[in-house]
Amino acid sequence: MSSSIPSYNRRKFLKATGIAGGGLLLNFSWLAGQALTPQELAAMPAEWFELNSFVKIAANGAVTLYSANPEFGSNVKTSMPMILADELNVDWQKVTVEQADFFPKRFNRQFTGGSQGIRQGWKPLRTAGATARQMLHEAAAQNWSVPVAEISSANGMLHHKNSGKSASFGEMASLAATLPVPKNVQLKKESEFSIIGKSKKNVDLKNIITGKPLFGIDHKVPGMLYAMIVHPPAFGMRLKSVDAASVKLMPGIKDVFPIKIMNEEYLRNFFDTATFIEMVAIVGNSTWEVMQAKKNLNATWEVAPDTTFKMAGFQGNSTTQTIPGGLESTEGHRKVFEEMRKKPGNILRKDGNPEEAFSKASKIIERTYTAPFLAHNTMEPVNCFAHVTKDKALIYGPTQAPEFIVGTIADRLGMPKENIQINLARMGGGFGLRAYSHHMVEAAVISQKVGAPIKMLYTREDDMTYGIYRPTYTATYRAALDQQNNLLALHVKAGGIPESPLHQNRFPAGAIDNYLAEGWEKSSNITIGAFRAPRSNFIASAEQSFLDELAEAMGKDPIAFRLELLNRAMTNPVGKNNDYDAKRYASVLELVREKSNWNSPSDAGNHKGVSAYFCHNSYVAEVVETSLKNNKLVVEKVVAAVDCGIVVNPDAAINMAEGGIVDGVGNALFGELSFNEGIPDKKNFDQYKMIRQKEAPRKIEVHFVNNGKEPTGLGEPLFPPVFAALANSLYKATGKRFYEQPFLPQLKANEIAV
Amino acid sequence: MAKFQLKINGKTQTVDVDPNTPILWVLRDHLNLVGTKYGCGIAACGACTIHLNGVAVRSCSLPVSSIGTGSITTIEGLSQNADHVLQKAWEEHDVPQCGYCQAGQIMSAAALLKRKPKPSDKDIEDAMNGNLCRCGTYLRIKEAIKTASKNL
Ligand code: FES
Ligand code: FES
Repeated sequence: MSSSIPSYNRRKFLKATGIAGGGLLLNFSWLAGQALTPQELAAMPAEWFELNSFVKIAANGAVTLYSANPEFGSNVKTSMPMILADELNVDWQKVTVEQADFFPKRFNRQFTGGSQGIRQGWKPLRTAGATARQMLHEAAAQNWSVPVAEISSANGMLHHKNSGKSASFGEMASLAATLPVPKNVQLKKESEFSIIGKSKKNVDLKNIITGKPLFGIDHKVPGMLYAMIVHPPAFGMRLKSVDAASVKLMPGIKDVFPIKIMNEEYLRNFFDTATFIEMVAIVGNSTWEVMQAKKNLNATWEVAPDTTFKMAGFQGNSTTQTIPGGLESTEGHRKVFEEMRKKPGNILRKDGNPEEAFSKASKIIERTYTAPFLAHNTMEPVNCFAHVTKDKALIYGPTQAPEFIVGTIADRLGMPKENIQINLARMGGGFGLRAYSHHMVEAAVISQKVGAPIKMLYTREDDMTYGIYRPTYTATYRAALDQQNNLLALHVKAGGIPESPLHQNRFPAGAIDNYLAEGWEKSSNITIGAFRAPRSNFIASAEQSFLDELAEAMGKDPIAFRLELLNRAMTNPVGKNNDYDAKRYASVLELVREKSNWNSPSDAGNHKGVSAYFCHNSYVAEVVETSLKNNKLVVEKVVAAVDCGIVVNPDAAINMAEGGIVDGVGNALFGELSFNEGIPDKKNFDQYKMIRQKEAPRKIEVHFVNNGKEPTGLGEPLFPPVFAALANSLYKATGKRFYEQPFLPQLKANEIAV
Repeated sequence: MAKFQLKINGKTQTVDVDPNTPILWVLRDHLNLVGTKYGCGIAACGACTIHLNGVAVRSCSLPVSSIGTGSITTIEGLSQNADHVLQKAWEEHDVPQCGYCQAGQIMSAAALLKRKPKPSDKDIEDAMNGNLCRCGTYLRIKEAIKTASKNL
């Protein structure tokens, strides 16, 4: 995905008459799921002048900025337009942000994931804003017959100092829209930013707190039917037969039929993860009636054999992937872990001579860490609206990655891609789950079959048990020490079902002379997907817990020890491909040391643990402080130091950081999904323990390193370090190390309540 | 199917539905009041919280037939102009991330303040513990409730 702005045929102006028809550009009435009120309609400008894919301006000075990326709660719908608005020199108060539909001709990278929105949008959005600003300057210069260099702008107004002339952007927009798009534009200096770096409220805030329809699940059109699916009860099972008659006559039920969501020969892409290719669909007049039929449906399931599918690869090379048959259990997964720990893994990186160093060691420390599968459990369950007619499909629902599903929908419906319109709903959470959007195919297939617009909804139970989980992982770290407790070598062997969590070129690689990293993976029919900082979310916890224990064995302060290693990586790095900037890494540790008062004693009864990690181009160090008053665990405080470069929307960034930390505490303590004969052992929130108000940290402090560097990721990097910072703090509080996630069972065994 | 006359946000509305239908789905599917959210269907997440006679209840687990003459308030009816003291506090603290749980959070908090205009931290934690926020906005929720309490 490149990050430039695609060139396209700019329209000189747009008539607002498109509103009622739900046109591509002026579609927010449609997106909101309800018609505009007469007052809202009357307030709409009659004409808009479009300066580029992102910016349109009305004669009255109203400015609409498109937010191209899907919004799942990370604030991109506010923060990304802020970048545009700053370069445009517009008054933020006058800006309306409109969610763009999936529109690849106009926008590149309409993808939310990998914490890359702001990072990859930074240049293109600034350029788009500056380009539009330049065109308005040109228009004013032409209009006033003065040199363009003498024009300035601020707050949506154009000025010419010498003549004293000024005009609003709106007055110049019609002329500006006819001018050629400048090739080279001047971007602002950081010191000139007036919106970037100043906290702005979430643009959807009012709609959220008044309960306006914003989400896919809220969508409704006349004649719409309600649909639900029934998927196999266990991983490794498939549909054998369905007795549609068992529920067809129930009140409000329109149709019951099996659906198949992919053609056999379809060449899948990386995000085409579909757990169950065949399911049963039930369609009816209301959610409740369909739910009743779902409960009573007679369907039989059978154990599936090994299956294969083709996956598209780079440069047209496809590979054949095999999904093993059989019913898997957590116990079996544990056995796999034990077997694999004994076998050699794939050597991913080797520096120096680790074997020799270990053979000479006077002391070897070896520790093993594990973590279970996790369900994303977004608050909004999977759902999707679809209206498929003879030759067109309109899809509206939650997705982080429309471009990875549009081809799958097209192939399954037998239509050209161009006839598939995907519109982007605000999502009730994502966390990686919605990068996989087969629910859109399911909805489309159901709508096509019944010949009506439908909204498909998963129950919470469907949602929690259909897969795309965070994988289960294990890692064993070994350290060789000499007699003076100097570190001679480090060895990590890590693997998972079905993927390895290792990032072999990240810290502490590069800081240790003799280093060996081995990985392994074992396939499974339990499907997995990206989950907030994939792989990092586990390996950080293992690595940073181990470093803590190592520091103790070496008689060193945990922060000082890490800084020592980083200093080595900075001044005399081992190996070549070290995938981090040791200086920036060290600076967050130094900052957290200062801000957490690391070197002063904690408040009575409080215990501090530290951890740091680099991922998604950002550096984070965290200190977690816990207490155990009356044998009850309280996370008293978390202090985070973050280097994600320039922070666009500070208060929203802090909100996101707090969210990552709360998520980390929650999953470290409680997160767990295990399996018995392919059946997930938890189906709803009464069984799956999620962090709640009472367990949340009492206080969170977030400190950003102010270094003026280009912005990098924020949604994910706060999450991975929490696990080890908490474990290291719990060690100080209880004298026990925590090797197995979640920590709750061990806490309970020690009679500690949470 | 049976007819029910419901008092919702100060208006009387008639619906013809299965008497077992939870009021959540009556609001969402039949009355187009979609601010009240579905999260679990078993009274375990709080996303569907509404007021029945001023008390917070989980609408997913309340059959329409049990409402009788009770008066229901949903997020849409909490205030006329988004100016309930909690809505204002939510704005001040810019609480939401994805936003999905927030109507339920606000409705739980509103019932709390009605009962206890000056809640302690513990009161807030007790009253809000039934409302999940997967995005983890718990600290802001707490702060916003305290702000609202001050501004009452
Ligand atoms: S939907 Fe009612 S409590 Fe979860
Ligand atoms: S804001 Fe997303 S679940 Fe609460």
